Amino acid sequence: MTDSVSPGSPVDRKAVIDAFARRHRFKWYEALPWVLAAGCYFIFDGYHALGAQIFATILFALSLDLLIGFAGIVTLGHAAFFGVGAYAAGIMAANGWQEPLSQLVVAAAAASVVGFASGMIVLRTAGLTLLMQTLVVAALLQELANKWSSVTGGSDGLLGMKIDPIFGVFRFDLFGHTAYVYCLLVLFIGWLIARNIVYSPFGRSLTGIRENTNRMHAIGAPVDQRKIVIYTISAALAGLSGALIAQTTALVGLNTLALSKSGELIIMLVIGGVGQLYGAFIGVPLYMIAQDRFSQIDPIFWYFWIGLFMIFVVVFARGGVLGVCGRFLDRWRSR
Amino acid sequence: MTALALETKSLCKTFGALAVASDINFKLERGARHALIGPNGAGKTSFVNLVTGVLAPTSGQILLGGEDITSLTRAQRVKRGLVRTFQISALFKKLTVLENVTLAIAEREGVANDLLRPAGHHRALIEEAYDLLVPLGLATEALRPVTELAYGRQRMIEIAMALALKPKVLLLDEPAAGVPPIETGAIIDTIEKLPADIAVLFIEHDMELVFRVAQRITVLVQGAVLVEGPPAQIADDPKVREVYLGESKH
Repeated sequence: MTDSVSPGSPVDRKAVIDAFARRHRFKWYEALPWVLAAGCYFIFDGYHALGAQIFATILFALSLDLLIGFAGIVTLGHAAFFGVGAYAAGIMAANGWQEPLSQLVVAAAAASVVGFASGMIVLRTAGLTLLMQTLVVAALLQELANKWSSVTGGSDGLLGMKIDPIFGVFRFDLFGHTAYVYCLLVLFIGWLIARNIVYSPFGRSLTGIRENTNRMHAIGAPVDQRKIVIYTISAALAGLSGALIAQTTALVGLNTLALSKSGELIIMLVIGGVGQLYGAFIGVPLYMIAQDRFSQIDPIFWYFWIGLFMIFVVVFARGGVLGVCGRFLDRWRSR
Repeated sequence: MTALALETKSLCKTFGALAVASDINFKLERGARHALIGPNGAGKTSFVNLVTGVLAPTSGQILLGGEDITSLTRAQRVKRGLVRTFQISALFKKLTVLENVTLAIAEREGVANDLLRPAGHHRALIEEAYDLLVPLGLATEALRPVTELAYGRQRMIEIAMALALKPKVLLLDEPAAGVPPIETGAIIDTIEKLPADIAVLFIEHDMELVFRVAQRITVLVQGAVLVEGPPAQIADDPKVREVYLGESKH
């Protein structure tokens, strides 16, 4: 994407540097998701529970985008951190610690510890080996949760969770009104963190690692260290997402650690667009709303329609919805 | 100022029975313009990979300014002023020219670990990157993605990124490789104009470039140094003519 300034003469020096130095500034369209989300609260009154799920899942997909889209770390085991966060919050809630915000903190911390520890091992590899190893980490954790049923509830799932009202005031109601606002606010904070990272020098260096790892070594970047840092941060955000789902559904099962959970997340991100920060905000609602609709219209066969939609995206809409929009805008501008 | 810019002592690297470097004793003077030549497969790029830490030597030592760097990581060597370019352009292709150079400067200055402030707030780095592009004739294309530029221009960005790291020793791996003849002139000019205090070792097949720029030449054959000396001596050496120049020049 080139800018409209024409560099060259000394006069343009400032224009070029300004254009480059101002990329991180907020653009008007970045307010759209939040305006929409706030508006939907009033329009779709009966869908607040689904809305809360969508926001939590957007946070999950956003954390994955930091890895796949920005650092170029492709993983098939991101559910590991989601699950650890969900179980951390759930186990606290089922054992008498019912305050939700401290649960979030513990969930994020637990997920980041698992992210750091597993990252130290798996990030030494790349490509298919890395895919396999991330998958194995999630599978091991799932098996651990299955076997350790005295704490996790095993295959029955964790039952008997109790969550206090937020700040002792806002109760989690049956209709998801509180959950909607709560998940939206946590997502907003997660988005601020992710956005800040993406535009920071650290985030730019991650893009460098994605584009050309060898070159990053050659300019003296501690590549492995950077990967572990972003892996840990991403794990923490995924853990937050898991905790949100656990708190708002009052249920944690083995499926939170499943391969299908990781795979589905990648699908949602690909539909929206990878590496553009807002792919998660488009792909997740599209997928989850489509899932909600299809499963009501065609309860048995709905995965087929999702699959067909995916093939369409991969063949005709490279770069997801955002990729298509970007190309369309470029063409429109260059006319 | 007695220490050499770069020195290798009995540097060896074997892959099974294959020796890509055997007992290389190499000396690079401060401020030198030194060419490393040799037929394909002579181990020139392997030598650069050994020196920069991409490959670990089987035995031997590498000294940078008198300091033993044999066991340091790639990044640590760069921090000490040992910088390379790549034979095949290895740039951040989807990123702009300006961003490519800015990334290098951010690493040099150690701000790339900052994940709190926007990169745009480190304005001095961006200005420095831009000012580096100007003498190389790249400023007009500062905001274009690298992939849109002609290959010869991309080779110039390779050099710009290396210079952005303020090297003491610069290893240029075939700076003119793959560049059409009309564009090599600009690259030769750039190499000739490199700051005199940088010790430059360049690998090159283009003999025009070698004999125009180099003050000393080392000829590498099958992983070993065949002969080393000033250009006139190398050009007249019968052994060199036989194994190397004979193939392409005469």
